[in-house]
Order: sequence, then C-alpha cells, then structure tokens
Amino acid sequence: MIETTGANPAALTVSNVKQRLAKRAKMLAAIRYYFDQQQMLEVDTPLLSDYPVTDPQLDNIKVENPTVNYQSTSQPWLYLTTSPEYAMKQLLSLGSGSIYQISKSFRQDAPGPKHSIEFTLLEWYRVGFKMTDLIDDVTALLMALMPTSLMANGVEILSYREAFLRHLSIDPFILTAKQLEDFAHQNIDCDFTDQDKDIWLDLLMSHCIEPNLGQQTPCFLIDYPASQAALAKIAHDQQGNLVAKRFELYIEGIELANGYEELTDHDQHVDRFEQDNQRRGELDLPVQAVDQHFLKALKSGLPECAGVALGVDRLLLLAAS
Amino acid sequence: MATYSTNEFKNGLKLIIDGDPCNIVENEVVKPGKGQAFNRVRLKNLKTGRAWEKTFKSGESVEAADVMDTDMEYLYCDGEFWYFMDPISFEQIPASLEAVADAKLFLKEQDSCVVTLWNGAPLTVSPPNFVELEVVETDPGLKGDTAQGGTKPATLSTGAVVRVPLFIDQGEVLKIDTRTGEYVSRA
Repeated sequence: MIETTGANPAALTVSNVKQRLAKRAKMLAAIRYYFDQQQMLEVDTPLLSDYPVTDPQLDNIKVENPTVNYQSTSQPWLYLTTSPEYAMKQLLSLGSGSIYQISKSFRQDAPGPKHSIEFTLLEWYRVGFKMTDLIDDVTALLMALMPTSLMANGVEILSYREAFLRHLSIDPFILTAKQLEDFAHQNIDCDFTDQDKDIWLDLLMSHCIEPNLGQQTPCFLIDYPASQAALAKIAHDQQGNLVAKRFELYIEGIELANGYEELTDHDQHVDRFEQDNQRRGELDLPVQAVDQHFLKALKSGLPECAGVALGVDRLLLLAAS
Repeated sequence: MATYSTNEFKNGLKLIIDGDPCNIVENEVVKPGKGQAFNRVRLKNLKTGRAWEKTFKSGESVEAADVMDTDMEYLYCDGEFWYFMDPISFEQIPASLEAVADAKLFLKEQDSCVVTLWNGAPLTVSPPNFVELEVVETDPGLKGDTAQGGTKPATLSTGAVVRVPLFIDQGEVLKIDTRTGEYVSRA
C-alpha cells in the first residue's frame, strides 16, 4: 500500500510516475504552506545520530562510522534516527521556538502493507501548547490537507479507557495483568503468557480496538496508561487513574500520528531511560547508551511544549482512498 | 527440537501447533502505535486441512515441523496401505487411508506423486495434476454425438466416477484433471 505513494522509484512506472509524484509534491507543499502561514520555522536535523534510542519497541538501523579511525572520540557505530525527536528537542532547548521538519526516518520494523523501514515523517513542536491545543492544531492541518468528505463530521476524541469500554466492555485500568491475560485468551487464539500488563493491553488494542478506530471520522485516542507514557507528561484523569498526556490519531483504523505533551524534567527522563533499559534486559534486547546530547539539552532546559509525529506516506495513502 | 522465531516466519513455513503440523499461509506483523509487536498468522493444519488465525508475540519461538514434499512413485495398494517408492533410494513406504484420502481415486501405478512426509511418514499425497485412466464401466457410447450434448457418469479403473461426454465408450483411456476431478479429453 505504502508503495503507491510515490516514495519508491522502483514502484513507479512510466504511466503513473507523473501523477504520483505530483500528488506527493502537492501534499508536501500544502504542509509547508500550513506551517509557513503560522510563522513556524522549518528545520533540517541530522539523520545519523551518535546514539540509538532506548525505547524497547524501537530498533535503530546502525551503520559503520567511517570516521572512527580519525577521531579518538568517535564511536564505531552511527544510528539512523527513528524520528528527529531528540535533535529537534535540542533546538527547542536552545530557544528555537516552534519548529517543524519533514524528513526520512528509519526503523527496524518488519515490512508490511503499512510499514516500511524507511518512511517520511512530519514532526513538529509547539512551544507553550498543551495536548488539547495540539489536537486542535493537528485537526486544522487535516482540514487543510485532506478531502473535505473525510473531515465533514469533525473529529472524535476518545480516551483509551472509553475505547476499551466501548469495544470490549472492560476497564483497562481496573483489570489486572492476569485478568487481561484470561480475557485475551478467551477472545484471541494465542498461547503465550506474560506478566506485563502492557503486553495484553497492546494485544487487545491492536487486534480488537484499532481496526474500529476512525472509521466514521478521524479519531484521537488520548490518555494512555502511564506505563505507556514514552516521553509524555503524566497526570490524573477524572477517574483518578494515572494517564499519559499522549494521543494517537487514527483514520480508518490506520495510526497516522502520535503526539505528546512533552516531558521536560531532566531527572524524570533519566528514570524513563533506565526503565527502558531494564525492560530491554528482561526482553533479552541490547541495553542502549542514553543520548548524551539530548540529556545535556534537557539539563539546560526544554521549554514547555507539545509535539507530534505524523506519517506522510500514510497521509498520502488515506488522502487517495 | 528445532524451533523458528517469529522473525523467521514466512509463507510456507511448517510449524507444530498443538501437536499437529501446520503451514503458514499468511504472516502479518501487527503493532499498536508504539507498543509490542505481534505476528498475526493464518495457519493451515496439514492433517485436517482446517485454516484459522493465531497470534504470536514477536520474539516467541515455535516448534518447527519436519515436513517436506518428495516426488515418489506409486506402486500398489494391498487393501490397507498404499505403497510409494523413492525413485532414488528405492525405499518403499506405506501410506494410510488418512494420508491418501481422496487422492486414492486418481492413483495409477507407476505415476509420480508428491508425497508430503512428516517425520518421514506420509502426511498427504498429491497425484499428478493430470492422469490417464481407463473407463471400466459406462453406458454405451452414442455415435454421432460429438462435443455438444449432455454427460453421463463413467467409472474409471481406480474407482473414481466422473462425468464424461455421451460419446465415450467402455475401455477408452481418458485424461482427468485430478484437482477438479473433471474429464479433460480422450488420452
């Protein structure tokens, strides 16, 4: 599916090259127009990083560092970035103000109809924004980019808890890992066991809930369990549950964007990176060095902000359907 | 025990699920946003033919099934077993009715068949796509009736009953498509 969006020359033919490239170029121009109108600065950060990411669910593609023999400080490997997040946050900490970027990202994902190891990401950060401001911002961008029929009914904002209640009639915050495991085994054919509650939430989310999201109108799924906060702020919801101030945007069951009210505190970042590496150890994954440039930026002070990454190839796919 | 990790999953890979050999028909990696990845796999049970969907946690290991397809020559049936010979080693192996199943209707001596072996024992047998078999019983042929017109049942030397054109006579050899069980032409 992703192959049809014009990013891969090998998937283009003489008969479709002009049409597909024109669609892509028009989309990129419309994105830039939207941000230019709001005096947002476009930035262009490195694709090669000295450090990998610690997130246990993400794996960098690494490349040999050709400068390793010339500079004693060089590491043997460089890492293709999984998103421009750390580099952009360094710019924010230096006082760049709100910024956006359209760039390639790389992930060691299994390829599939909605996954490619190389893809185009639109990522932006708004200084002073809360999660709800950013949802409004993403909605305005969609209005500018997507067919009017898609946006005719506005957008839906649904909490993680409400999504589970609606589609599975269970409360993900109340049930224990064991109860979720039993529930999953009753509803999905699988044999594995796990004591990690998030595994069961992820399984139920991906198999039973996600396919239903955004079918009528684009859906922002918000207030994730705190254990899935990644680098988002954590707060209490109305039920008193600890939730991550994070959202994912779904259109027609496809995850299109992932946004955070950004964690800014240095020490909390260090804690989360440690948790990531601990989890990596449990999963027999390599423990990753923490990005020192990013930590330094956090120490000097990341402004309060909200940021989101949006898959441009998927956006093109959805705009065409 | 040989195993496969989910990152080795691909179509055609053979696994043991609940004690039965299965074939991967389709393998899809599903990943919710930033979370754990899963392999949602469409499997076919090679013993029963049942197809269904099963989910594995990415990184899980699953027992490999020692299943392979071999070309073997059909020799004879002793009433209980159907005997096949490896044309290279001349080794003979018996296949049960369960393994031969419907293929028994199209097995002709000396024909080369694909025998799927599981741990060295026949699991399924596939006859050639086309076989030539003699008509042992049918109503007398109608002269003058050529391509047009109806059909009638004919019993072949293997016991298979197929629909044939009215002009076919007892003793004739016919070409049959074993995948559909249909008459193709006179041989």
